[in-house]
Amino acid sequence: MKNVAYRLIAVLVIALVLTFRTDVFLTSANVLNVFRQASLTFLIASGLTLTILTAGLDLSVGANVGLSACLAATVMKATNSVALGAVAGLAFGSFVGVLNGLMITLLELPPFIATYGMLWTLNGVTYWFMGGETIHGFTPGFRALGSGYWLGVPIPIYVMAAFLLVGGIFTRYTTFGQEVYAIGANREAARLSGVPVRARLNLVYILSGAMAGLAAIVYLARLNSAEADIGEPLTLPAIAAVLIGGTSLFGGVGSLTGTLVGALTLTLVVNGMNLLAVDASWQPLVTGVIVILAVWIDVVVRQRSEARV
Amino acid sequence: MSRRSVPGAAYLLVLLIVVFSTFGSGFAAIGNLLNIGVQSSVLLLLALPMTLVVMTEGLDLSMGAVLSLAGVVMATLLMNEHRLAAAVAAAVGVGLAFGLANGALVVALGVPPFVATLGTLGIAQGLALIASAGQSVVGIGDALPALYGGEWLGVPFPIWVAVAAFVILRVALSTTRLGSYVSAIGGNREALVLAGVRANVYHIGVYTLCGAMAGFAALLLTGRMSAGHPTAAIGMEFDAVAAVIVGGTSFERGKGSLGGTVVGVLTIGVLKNGLNVLEVSSSLQVASIGLLVIVALVIDSILQTLKQRRQSPAQTV
Repeated sequence: MKNVAYRLIAVLVIALVLTFRTDVFLTSANVLNVFRQASLTFLIASGLTLTILTAGLDLSVGANVGLSACLAATVMKATNSVALGAVAGLAFGSFVGVLNGLMITLLELPPFIATYGMLWTLNGVTYWFMGGETIHGFTPGFRALGSGYWLGVPIPIYVMAAFLLVGGIFTRYTTFGQEVYAIGANREAARLSGVPVRARLNLVYILSGAMAGLAAIVYLARLNSAEADIGEPLTLPAIAAVLIGGTSLFGGVGSLTGTLVGALTLTLVVNGMNLLAVDASWQPLVTGVIVILAVWIDVVVRQRSEARV
Repeated sequence: MSRRSVPGAAYLLVLLIVVFSTFGSGFAAIGNLLNIGVQSSVLLLLALPMTLVVMTEGLDLSMGAVLSLAGVVMATLLMNEHRLAAAVAAAVGVGLAFGLANGALVVALGVPPFVATLGTLGIAQGLALIASAGQSVVGIGDALPALYGGEWLGVPFPIWVAVAAFVILRVALSTTRLGSYVSAIGGNREALVLAGVRANVYHIGVYTLCGAMAGFAALLLTGRMSAGHPTAAIGMEFDAVAAVIVGGTSFERGKGSLGGTVVGVLTIGVLKNGLNVLEVSSSLQVASIGLLVIVALVIDSILQTLKQRRQSPAQTV
């Protein structure tokens, strides 16, 4: 928890700098907007966090959000039913997770290769499926999920809070959660002490896919339109959020709370760049630098703790 | 040393050629076959050094973005009427710098390769967008398009470049110790270090080569498009990784071969071209490469099992 506290201080420092450098940063509209954006990044990154806790990775989350959102939008338009569309998005997202899980546990592909192949496969299918079309204009009731307010707070923040609570309890206080950490810390030891490693890994990748499907629906409600390329810019920030949040790529160390703080940090940086009128071209560069710095810190911390043992 | 086995992709390649020659009219024409070679040339330049990185149990996801950036740099210099040689040198220099940075991150700092290179991917992509203001860089003059469109002995220039790259790298690997060092970095690094080899230098060198080749590939990419574009090669590193895996190089124990990668690159080239001839959309072609990787892996694991079954009676001591 000390780590999360340090990271929160970083968030406060960035916020303080932006408060002094810009006029609009510390308005309730902008702050709520930052939290809403961070909520979306958190939803995408939450399942990814679980996969990284098992010393794996899910590079396909962004592309999964893209195709799930396009599918959900198509079904919504075709059936005039928000519920059916949402179910389609969630089901497809989870299905991608099933495929990822099978490639990793059955074909024994390294997770980054399996999910990286999945990324490009999904991208290709999405472009083919959409054929350059944009699906646009949804019912106000559905759009409220992405852009509405309840008691003055954006609805995605409630969604995020609900999943943070459930996910937090799930990872910290259930046997499943303990097993996820155990697999990441030492897979062989986990197997020998009776953890069904393959079954748990399958479940983790399905959860990651399902969370991408869920994020797709909230994202769709926020954008109010679906296009083939909406998932592409989401992968790097999601991974950045997890790593900034202190979840170790080497597995077994990290938390969903950390990922939320990571998502907040990243959103603040992007928000600050927007407010300071920095060109959007700089965003992939800055995100890339942040990813490298975050992993570097992870590596150094790990080496120190190993030296101490 | 065991005899090098034929990668499963070789069977796939033959199968694909038979299928496309049967169902696609015009697939087997000489012009189209040369076209496949030309289309595959850029990919081969990326996939050859990628093979070496994969053999060290690493990965370079930044190659596509670095190639795009190098293309933008090259096109910008040509647009400002610098000489072609200077533009190529600058492109290679850009790639070299990124490769060195990747190597330093992975080897010196111990950052896992796929995340280190994902980070530099973002940096290269950002730089390409900033340098080009998100636009195509056009008006690059005639020298490069003329060179790219040239032929020698009836074979197009890009194919000569690709063949030369393969031969040079192949010879360098078999006549120097580089080859065995590279597979030892992936297979048994500890032993290499104990034997007094400066493994780190070779390891960083492999990443540097990756970057430099990505920069050099801008010569062919920019020549093909007669322009530099900041997102021209985004995702091409996926094709390169796919070609390496399809070609039978594995992420474990430093096994792999450049010849296998050539087969992998040609398989992908034939697949894309054949699907084009059959008028399958280019988006689905991307998806089909993902499928191709899995099919190749399954074939390889079946071949592996068969081989072990055949050998096991003879090997019992």
